[in-house]
Amino acid sequence: MAKENRIVLKNLGRINPESIDDYIAAGGYGSFRKALGMDPPDIIDELIASGLRGRGGAGFSTGLKKRFTSDACLACENRYVVCNADEGEPGTFKDRIIMENDPHIYLEGILIAAYSIRATKGYIYIRGEYVRSIRRTQKAIEDMREKGILGRKIFGSDFSFDIEIKKGAGSYLCGEELTLLESLEGKRGYPRIKPPFPAEKGLWGFPTLINNVETFGCIPAIVDRGAQWYKKLGTETSPGTKIFSISGPVKRPGFYEVEMGTTLRSLIFDLAGGMREGKEFRAAILGGAAGTFVDESMLDFGMDYDGIKEKGATLGAGAIIVMDKTMSIWEMLYSILRFFEHESCGKCVPCRVGSTHLLGLMKQIKNSTGGTGILKDRIVQQAELMEKTSLCPLGQSHILPVRSAIRYFPELQ
Amino acid sequence: MDVNKIVARYPAEMDNLLNILHALQDAHPLNFLPEENLKVVARYLNTTLSSVYGVVNYYTMLSTKPRGRHIIRLCHSPVCHLMGIGSVQEYLQKHLGVALNEPTPDGMFWVELSECLGICDVAPAMTIDHEPYGYLTEDDIVKIISEIREKDRSAKPDQPADE
Ligand SMILES: Cc1cc2nc3c(=O)[nH]c(=O)nc-3n(C[C@H](O)[C@H](O)[C@H](O)COP(=O)(O)O)c2cc1C
Ligand code: SF4
Ligand code: FES
Repeated sequence: MAKENRIVLKNLGRINPESIDDYIAAGGYGSFRKALGMDPPDIIDELIASGLRGRGGAGFSTGLKKRFTSDACLACENRYVVCNADEGEPGTFKDRIIMENDPHIYLEGILIAAYSIRATKGYIYIRGEYVRSIRRTQKAIEDMREKGILGRKIFGSDFSFDIEIKKGAGSYLCGEELTLLESLEGKRGYPRIKPPFPAEKGLWGFPTLINNVETFGCIPAIVDRGAQWYKKLGTETSPGTKIFSISGPVKRPGFYEVEMGTTLRSLIFDLAGGMREGKEFRAAILGGAAGTFVDESMLDFGMDYDGIKEKGATLGAGAIIVMDKTMSIWEMLYSILRFFEHESCGKCVPCRVGSTHLLGLMKQIKNSTGGTGILKDRIVQQAELMEKTSLCPLGQSHILPVRSAIRYFPELQ
Repeated sequence: MDVNKIVARYPAEMDNLLNILHALQDAHPLNFLPEENLKVVARYLNTTLSSVYGVVNYYTMLSTKPRGRHIIRLCHSPVCHLMGIGSVQEYLQKHLGVALNEPTPDGMFWVELSECLGICDVAPAMTIDHEPYGYLTEDDIVKIISEIREKDRSAKPDQPADE
């Protein structure tokens, strides 16, 4: 029987999320105090040694990202930390759980990260729909200011820092880091060309560290208990815990924080309680819309970044969407492609035209009476073309669900 | 609503644009951004009206068309789609007697579709004025709508909550 191991969510249900005193009584801001007594490069080294990887989807080393940002443009007068709380990936809701239940834990992570790269200002970009997350984070920030945890010369050190919330307004693409920066600056959410990466030229052209809410939420425990402790959790190349969000016809849909490498079967059948009465497991989509379909042959593989990548699947931000036998793979893929078509910003031709074309091909499959092999080939070709020629990662996302849907479920019904 | 007063709560920087637009839209009894308000914003931020329009039109949560007192957003992204938002939508529209993206005759409700609201654990799901409602059934719909109507009847008209 798999068990949860709550590190990011350790305070969940134990403290009042609107009380900074509760958070402090539970040991909160102790890691930040400890960090303030350390040399910034040593904190970055510790994070690199911990093996922590970004929880927003790409799984890049959090420590290395900090080193790049810290080393970029030493003459620059500004350096920013941005927290990505846009969480728009269908099937994903774990950042909301953190922000609603323990906002201080990720704020403490932001503070430690900011100190380690000598940042001058922090921004949290929260999707506009998350009003409770916004309210709780706002309250937390005000309480921090009152206690002198934000502001000038924090705790008598040389470190001055403040954080502001910026609201998103309903755009999946704005979760992509460079597009997020455009939106944060008050513009339409059109992507920027990479490189330069935000570490070099981010917000208003200054070096910018962007991490996901959960990534920041992992940092206090690592600083407190050390990289060696953290590395022992999870798997060798994906240390630590991950919060998975499970949805669909299971008995207990919700969020579960487990060590990396926990099997899909444990997550769905132990923690989420298995399928609802009278329902049978058919498939799961890992990673959300920009994710991959898997069938029961994947149930006994451990969920970590590299393990499931070898199987052609993705972990993404930890969405697990479960489907039962009455649900149609065609219907699901169609819904995913419709979502992408809606969220395409239209700036480049391959994605703008391609995403509409894919929907047309899907409808043809639905209406066809005979062999659909040629249509399926055309869908794959179209998605491959988009992967190669689209301007930003959104247009490159279609291929994942398309290829996996067709590979695992050749009938596509 | 006092547009100037709301706008003045924010420093006059472009990066406050979305925060300002949200505040104005939420304060408007019909949940939208009329042109005269956008003009105030453009002047305040020292930019053009067309660039403010450009931003407003890009984002799905912002509207330049009058909507209704209560905004119902039904999620039709993959999880809610599979979990049956379609029949909830059909029932809700019949119950209110409206098509999508138009107000009820009394101006009370406006129904629109949205992408994933981040509450997929309780799919099929919706929000009304940003409050989440999940595991929706037909009975819930009737109850939720009548509760809101009831609450409005006992409240004073034209005093929407600020933010
Ligand atoms: C279309 C698209 C949407 C994304 N949405 C999000 C999001 O909502 N939240 C997030 O943290 N990362 C999102 N990402 C990933 C970010 O670009 C970026 O990799 C992440 O914020 C880095 O943080 P991390 O290193 O802590 O994972 C998205 C990427 C793409 C291409
Ligand atoms: S790939 Fe799609 S979302 Fe990205 S720039 Fe092109 S049209 Fe816009
Ligand atoms: S898919 Fe409907 S809330 Fe996420």
